[in-house]
Amino acid sequence: MEAVIAISIGVLFGSGVWLVLRPRTFQVITGLLLISYAVNLFIFIMGRLWLDRPPLTLEDGLVDGLVDAGLYADPLPQALVLTAIVIGFATTALYLVVMIGSRGLTGTDHVDGKESSK
Amino acid sequence: MLLLSLILVPFVGSAIAALMPANARNREAWLAGGVALFGLLTTLFLYAQTGSGEAVRFHATWLPGYGLDFMLRMDGLAWLFAMLILGIGLLVVIYARYYMSPADPVPRFFSFLLAFMGSMLGVVLSGNLIQLVIFWELTSVTSFLLIGYWHHRADARRGARMAFTVTATGGLCLLVGVLLLGHIAGSYSLDVVLASGDVVREHPWYLPTLVLIALGALTKSAQFPFHFWLPHAMAAPTPVSAFLHSATMVKAGVFLLMRLWPTLSGTPEWTWIIAGAGLCTLLIGAFVAIFQHDLKGLLAYSTISHLGLITVLLGIGSPLAVVAAIFHTLNHATFKASLFMAAGIIDHESGTRDMRKLRGLYRALPYTATLAIVASAAMAGVPLLNGFLSKEMFFAETLLVGGPENWGMSLAAILMGIFSVAYSLRFIHVFFGPLAADLPKAPHEPPRWMRFPVEFLVLCCLVVGVAPGWSVGRLLNNAVLSVLGAQAPEYDLAVWHGFNLPLLMSVLALVGGVTFYTLLRRRYDLIHSDRVPLLHRFNGKEAYESTMLRLTSTAASLETLLSTRRLQPQLVLMMVLLVAVPLLLVRPLSLLAFSSGGEFSPLFAGLWVIGCACAIGAAWQAKYHRLAALSLVGGTGIVTSMTFLWLSAPDLALTQLMVETVTTVLILLGLRWLPARIAPRELNLRAPRSAWVRRSRDMAIAVSAGLGMSALSYAVLVRPASPGGISDFFLTRALSEGGGSNVVNVLLVDFRSFDTLGEIAVLAIVALTVYALLRRFRPAPESVPIPAQQANSVDPAAGQTPAQQVESGYLQVPSVYLRLLFPIMLVIAAYFFLRGHNLPGGGFVAGLTFAVAIIVQYMLAGTAWVETHLRLQSNRWIAFGLIAACATGLGAWAFGHPFLTSHTAHVTLPLVGEIHLPSAFVFDLGVFAVVVGATILILVALAHQSVRSHRLPAGSVPPRATGKEIK
Repeated sequence: MEAVIAISIGVLFGSGVWLVLRPRTFQVITGLLLISYAVNLFIFIMGRLWLDRPPLTLEDGLVDGLVDAGLYADPLPQALVLTAIVIGFATTALYLVVMIGSRGLTGTDHVDGKESSK
Repeated sequence: MLLLSLILVPFVGSAIAALMPANARNREAWLAGGVALFGLLTTLFLYAQTGSGEAVRFHATWLPGYGLDFMLRMDGLAWLFAMLILGIGLLVVIYARYYMSPADPVPRFFSFLLAFMGSMLGVVLSGNLIQLVIFWELTSVTSFLLIGYWHHRADARRGARMAFTVTATGGLCLLVGVLLLGHIAGSYSLDVVLASGDVVREHPWYLPTLVLIALGALTKSAQFPFHFWLPHAMAAPTPVSAFLHSATMVKAGVFLLMRLWPTLSGTPEWTWIIAGAGLCTLLIGAFVAIFQHDLKGLLAYSTISHLGLITVLLGIGSPLAVVAAIFHTLNHATFKASLFMAAGIIDHESGTRDMRKLRGLYRALPYTATLAIVASAAMAGVPLLNGFLSKEMFFAETLLVGGPENWGMSLAAILMGIFSVAYSLRFIHVFFGPLAADLPKAPHEPPRWMRFPVEFLVLCCLVVGVAPGWSVGRLLNNAVLSVLGAQAPEYDLAVWHGFNLPLLMSVLALVGGVTFYTLLRRRYDLIHSDRVPLLHRFNGKEAYESTMLRLTSTAASLETLLSTRRLQPQLVLMMVLLVAVPLLLVRPLSLLAFSSGGEFSPLFAGLWVIGCACAIGAAWQAKYHRLAALSLVGGTGIVTSMTFLWLSAPDLALTQLMVETVTTVLILLGLRWLPARIAPRELNLRAPRSAWVRRSRDMAIAVSAGLGMSALSYAVLVRPASPGGISDFFLTRALSEGGGSNVVNVLLVDFRSFDTLGEIAVLAIVALTVYALLRRFRPAPESVPIPAQQANSVDPAAGQTPAQQVESGYLQVPSVYLRLLFPIMLVIAAYFFLRGHNLPGGGFVAGLTFAVAIIVQYMLAGTAWVETHLRLQSNRWIAFGLIAACATGLGAWAFGHPFLTSHTAHVTLPLVGEIHLPSAFVFDLGVFAVVVGATILILVALAHQSVRSHRLPAGSVPPRATGKEIK
């Protein structure tokens, strides 16, 4: 389980880095999306892996009305990642608009606004 | 309190003046005059308290943690300077009312002038060194704005820049010097610093401190070698020159030297630096002044020379010299301000300031001419005028300092006297002879009140010159006492001291000056010489400009050398550092044995085989097959979402799924504007060798980044979580104190709601930015016509409008289906929202679901149909959401709790029964509204680009007309 998710994060991140280094704007936006999955997962696993332990402290699961913290997944990375996902959407939108705006202004989809001389 | 009002009132006045209409010349002048008069009366009122030798103080805590207090302190010296600033300020305001043309934007002028007045008062009244430097820099800034007032003129802009560069650099030196001084003395309070003169002078840091503070004072007072900025500052309107560049701001430097005289003076270093700079300035300024052709240029150099005189006096270091310095400061301000105003009147009335053209103005302006002649006589040091008295004191001091053997100083003083008589003669020469006929305007006497300030100041020159002891004796004495304290010498302010050496020197200077001037006119052809003899090679201005030029070109070449505007090299560098730096910083991670990997789920592994394949496929396809790449990225997103669900994070899974949907729609909307790209293989092209090298390098970076990330993740996962983290706090308190059992949601809307508030603000800002950027969007010419796929004549849908496609075309079935689903989707959104506090859901998920429901309708029926049936003002949603969230936070204040404290109320409703209603609920509603508004605003703004008629980039071919609306 741990190995699977660690390898997957690496594959996602590596694919993203490869794409971010490409010269076309669409490649870069795809790369950023992949990197953001990898990073979100990475932050998420800082709370370690938990199966069937969602952080819902429902009243019928409590012992004497007290919460046993050891029975639930870590909620903090989850909350951080949740906001990160939404912000990721916003930055993607911003990037996309800059991308198509730059394409209209410069006539090319190269990240530098002009085709490289090489 | 009165002291504080002295500084506050000008700044408040400045703000009010800035808000007045552009043509309110009279109201502006009344306001500014009123401010100055108020200050003047307050200062007069405070005389009673400062007169006894005690300082008036105001004290307020400012940064107590750093031992800094806001302190105001008015002693005799500060009182005298405050009177000077306010008195001349009032006269300048009256003068400026008539001087400024109705076409000039006066609100700006008076606003800057009042701000300057406030800053200058701040300098003289500061009781704290740091505070003094802050006001000091404020005077530099306001002076910059005033010199550049006529910013359409290149010389004004350049003069302003030069003045600001020199004085502000000096100000920075001063700041460092003051920090050193405060460190040595142990406090920044002026009282402490003044009392610790002996400690300071013995300290090893004395010399650097002195040099830095001197740099500040000498740049401000235009002393050699920094004097060159002052003549260029004459591009300012004349009232500004009269106020800032003769009477007040340039006196800030000498004021500082007087202020710190008890602490810093009395050493050989002090005398060498201060008196040396002063002596050079005095001679150079006086000599150069003779050869100016511009009235204001002459006055500027003469100001430099007189400031040099004051500096020399302070540098000499004897108590009597200080008396002379303070006295001359006062005298110089009166006659020089009046001369500047007279020059301004001449300029205003005749249209030129060129002394080569001006002739015989006495015939046209008899009153003004008389006044100017008297003031020039004071400047030249003619007896029975104030300039004579202080200059004679100066002569007496130079005799003392050299003793019987060394006459160098006295010779320099006589030389300066000769030069100043010569340039005074040059100045008044414009009044004599026949009236020049070729002037741009026919000169007349100015309005009554424009002349009044000059009259008043000249009267002061006369009164002080005739009866010095009676008129200024006590004021001067107070100022001297506050600087010298017990060292204050006995002195006599009489006009007649009997026949003695100083008198002889005065006579020599007068006679010599007249002779020198006559000789110059007869032999040297003064009128037609373009440059200053002997000294024209020493051009401070050129040195300044070439330094600035070299600085800029060095910066530019460094920039080309060290940086690039291309994105790819920057990203490569960033990624390499991302991989390399952690490896360099930490010891290599020990990857524990694989055995600790826990249970293995083939299903989960299979899931991620798909996820990784999608990611690699996306990386492979992103260049030539964008749609495929986008779908593959979406596949990875779905796998990520399922992983969240698998690993006990239902909230994340929901959010990821919804964000995945809107992101895909978003990018699909953008794809339309990107150029078509065909793989080289299909065109039978081969990639060049350099491209392969680059790709191999990038592949190496990508693989090492991936490997590093995997290793790091694995290393974290096989270690148990360290106990004692903060997560347990949230888990145990969420239900009892946050009132909700979904800990993630309680975290977002309660424990960390401030964070969430920031986040929704970012979301709102991004949405508005996207909207604003798209308003200016210009598509590339070839993306404007509809795509080939939609223009296919075989496809029956190509001939239909979106509305027809939905009503009777190929979208008929989905449309019936999705319109039916629309209310159900809204109910689901509401359901997620309402249960969010206790079960997976909440504002984010609900908002995204709601937005998806709307977007689906847009996609199906087209923009026009949705917008005729549904009025969605997404900007109002955003506004409502932010207001609701902020109001929840502020509401806590109303009950005396910190910002965003939540409270849970229990309400019993009929039928529904008891429900608990936390204030976080309102906050979550705000989150919901912002998410809905921002998402819809972004997507709809992007979708609208296809609908609106595009303005093409200039020079491009218009698209072929299709006559069809595009969805």
